[in-house]
Amino acid sequence: MTEITRREFLKLGAAGTAGMAIVPLANPLGFDLAAAKKRALDLRIAGAKEVHSVCPYCAVGCGLIAYTKEVNGTTQLLQIEGDPDSPINEGRLCPKGATAMQLATSSRRVDKPYYRAPGSKDWEPKSWDFMLDKIAQNIKASRDNTFVAQDANGNIVNRTEGVAFAGGAAFSSEEGYFAAKVMRTLGVVHIEQQARV
Amino acid sequence: MTNHWRDIKNADVILINGANPAEAHPVGFQWFVKAKLDPTKGPGAGGGAKMIHADPRYTRTSAVSDMYLRIRTGTDVAYFGGLINYVLRNNLYHEEYVRYYTNASFIVKDGFAFTDGLFSGYDKATRSYNISTWGYETEGDPLPGPAGTTQAKAKRDMTLGHPRSVFQLLKNHYARYTPEMVSSITGIPVDQFNAVAQIVGEMGKPDKVMTIVYAVGLTHHTTGGQLIRSGAVLQLLLGNMGRPGGGMNAERGHANIQGNTDHAISWENLPGYLRIPAPGQKTIDDYVAASAAKKSDPNSQNFFGTNYRNFMVSLLKAWYRGAAQPANDFAFNFLPKPATNSSWMSIYDQALKGKMEGVLLSGMTATSIGPDSNQVLQALSNLKWLVVMDPLPTTSSEFWRAPGMDPSKIQTEVFMLPTTHWIEKDGSFTNSGRWAQWKEQVIPPEGEARHDQWILADLFDRVKTQYRQQGGKFPDPLLAMTLDYADTKKPTLDEIAREVNGKDLNTGLLMTSFANLKADGTTTSGDWIYVGSYTDAGNNMKRRNGVQDPAKNDPTGMGYYPTWAWSWPANRRVLYNRASADLDGKPWDPKRPGIQWNGTAWVGDTPDYGVAIDPKSPTAFLPFIMNGEGVGRLFSTSMNDGPIPEHYEPIEAPIPNPLHPNQSEDPVAFLYDQAAGRPNRFGKVDQYPYVATSYRLTEHEHYVTQHVPLLVGLQPQAFVEVPQELADTKGIKNGDRVRVSSARGKLEVAALVTKRLGPVKLAGNTTVYQIGIPIHWGFVGISAERYPELAKNWLANALTPFVGDANARTPEFKAFLVNIEKIS
Repeated sequence: MTEITRREFLKLGAAGTAGMAIVPLANPLGFDLAAAKKRALDLRIAGAKEVHSVCPYCAVGCGLIAYTKEVNGTTQLLQIEGDPDSPINEGRLCPKGATAMQLATSSRRVDKPYYRAPGSKDWEPKSWDFMLDKIAQNIKASRDNTFVAQDANGNIVNRTEGVAFAGGAAFSSEEGYFAAKVMRTLGVVHIEQQARV
Repeated sequence: MTNHWRDIKNADVILINGANPAEAHPVGFQWFVKAKLDPTKGPGAGGGAKMIHADPRYTRTSAVSDMYLRIRTGTDVAYFGGLINYVLRNNLYHEEYVRYYTNASFIVKDGFAFTDGLFSGYDKATRSYNISTWGYETEGDPLPGPAGTTQAKAKRDMTLGHPRSVFQLLKNHYARYTPEMVSSITGIPVDQFNAVAQIVGEMGKPDKVMTIVYAVGLTHHTTGGQLIRSGAVLQLLLGNMGRPGGGMNAERGHANIQGNTDHAISWENLPGYLRIPAPGQKTIDDYVAASAAKKSDPNSQNFFGTNYRNFMVSLLKAWYRGAAQPANDFAFNFLPKPATNSSWMSIYDQALKGKMEGVLLSGMTATSIGPDSNQVLQALSNLKWLVVMDPLPTTSSEFWRAPGMDPSKIQTEVFMLPTTHWIEKDGSFTNSGRWAQWKEQVIPPEGEARHDQWILADLFDRVKTQYRQQGGKFPDPLLAMTLDYADTKKPTLDEIAREVNGKDLNTGLLMTSFANLKADGTTTSGDWIYVGSYTDAGNNMKRRNGVQDPAKNDPTGMGYYPTWAWSWPANRRVLYNRASADLDGKPWDPKRPGIQWNGTAWVGDTPDYGVAIDPKSPTAFLPFIMNGEGVGRLFSTSMNDGPIPEHYEPIEAPIPNPLHPNQSEDPVAFLYDQAAGRPNRFGKVDQYPYVATSYRLTEHEHYVTQHVPLLVGLQPQAFVEVPQELADTKGIKNGDRVRVSSARGKLEVAALVTKRLGPVKLAGNTTVYQIGIPIHWGFVGISAERYPELAKNWLANALTPFVGDANARTPEFKAFLVNIEKIS
């Protein structure tokens, strides 16, 4: 075992024991199988690019390493595993983090913008331009309809009462900041995210 | 968290309430186990930290704890209150810390009282308190405060003997919380409670330290704010705040809930916890005078209050650069001033009243989140338009065809915009421990998916163009908003990260310290607590000096890893760390130093105290630099429902409050339906005899994991956990279909009959059963597609009440009444 680095050790661990972060592991290197697994893994990520990410689920903030490869001009995601250098997770992942790859490459993604007209029973695929124009018109109309410049006491309040924005637990911080800046500038007061709920 | 994940390994005792870290935060839980396995930690001579888990349900956390207490949900104030009483009655508190580092010595005004469950100043008609009697008695000349305000020094009695000192008030208040009383409220047997109290009491010794870890099991109550405060009061009495291995540590449930709380996607705040302005505040001076804390002692640094104006002006300069000038008070009038609470439930409440026209949901699904999903569905049906920005379909994007809904009758226009995943974009996530970690973009966006910030920037651009072309209400802020990005419709997260950090407009250099932010309009900062995260030397959130070289990267050995990523504020790893050392600047426990005075400087973690302030100087600041008092608040005037935490029953409770049956529930809890003129829909114990609580399973994250096949395979369909004894009396067998109903809705799922839940014995010899309800499933996702007939009533939050905490308006997801019956 002494000739195996910590990184390699964790790579072996990740392959054999994904999802068992809280179970004290028997030495996974004690099996002959381990060497074969390591070889299979090495082959899988041979020549791959190592990119750093953070788990998208809870707020422990486990470091992830994603391995990608350029194939015919597109970036393919080969594997995601725990980052052994992180002082938070030291390479370990729970069942959610260990299956992050399935979320990353989900076949269930919404492929394009969809519109549901009032009273309609169905979605209709639409262009981004159609959607963004219509939403922008709605935002402006609702803002103009419900904007209060001065309240009953004569105070300047400049608020939009009839539009709400909620979101952000899965945003990057910078997206969240930008959302807050845009919404406050539109006068929105109903702003909320997952913290309370 | 005041501390951080890895720091939990430094604790002697770990109290866990309203949380199940082994299942909900499994990888963070390794640090709990590390403490437990470390023979140098623990009470007495050591032998490993003691882990004490109080929870309605015996979970995997309980299984590895030293003690498990079956507590009735929502009664943790009684539990902590009992511990406070034990510590005070037996003089086990940390004497020097309590005297000098808390407001124990402050004298409270004559006229303050607590009688029959009510503090002085209650007005029944408005369900609110006039808090004029909740302040301190003052003396001497007024001390200058922010924006020309003044406040006199609070009177103190350093002997702590004055009958109106906070210390004596606290002692009296909690004298009622005897072990027997605690047991009759919580259901924890007296002998078990006493055993815990003995261990906890020892943590008041200066060389011992305890951490309290909690999650939404404490916050999701009408008394949520006070539940947390009761733990914090205990921690202050034991001298455990500000110390490695101590603190109040909230485990947050989503990857970036912390970062987006910091950046204020939250109705009551602007970035950096600056308050949203209120009507009547005409100038920044009015705003600062009303919002910033004022000194109540000449030695209080009152850092936040003193710098409030600098932070606010720097924010306004970041948002409205050229249009924010001294002449127009830095465009203060551009900011909206809400009339009333505008939090989560208020959005749907306004929609029910027909006052909300449109809602944008990004990565959140109102239907599943609830509370009271059926009422939320009605609210969504009342909207003119709904925008859902998500990579995957949600119960909100699909709400108009939810089971039981008739799409032809729903006039809401719905837009589904596909957005990118975390892995398709860069940017930072801030974890529970306040560590902001940058992630790279790993793969390109899938299909037509777009980044959220690009969608918002593009929408903003289109709205602005319409105002330019057509005019409309007050377009000024839109036309003035700073868009300092290479492509204004496609801002990069790197550009935004630099904007968040802020810069000096004279030199063009990025700011390195929030202490240098100015109120004259020459500096910008989008969020003052993030100053230093991104400097001209580079993006500190990208730093990666971790456990590959502990000797080099963790020089103190305390687990701070100061050059791994970056933590707010100022890369400090433990908040309030001045309190980790005694009056002379020596660590309370030399083996576990936070910061210490070496004769010329404070060393260790990034100090929260002037690095060269000699602690023995007569002008040295008091230890807690962020509040006006300069010390920790055992008694707080910032809560709506009382300055000292008191146990109140949930809105739906199985018994009257044993402490004061005539004031059973929190008198300030917000009853949305009643306030709006709709009938309250609360169940009584005769119809709904069982207590229910909700939680998350390891395989789940609401609600996206319903689209991940491997996780769905592990938890294929909805269930509730039913205690064995109750199941036996109801003829329910494991796997039977059951209907769980509340006054608001029903859930039809499989029963998992278990011994993890069991009866609790309460006051009046009442035996109560608790039912466990995992939240997650609904009518969208892999399970629902597989079992469309079964999935019709899978929304756990169809059951929960539409009521809010007295302070934060957090819904009461975690304690309500239900009935259960077998579906034959």
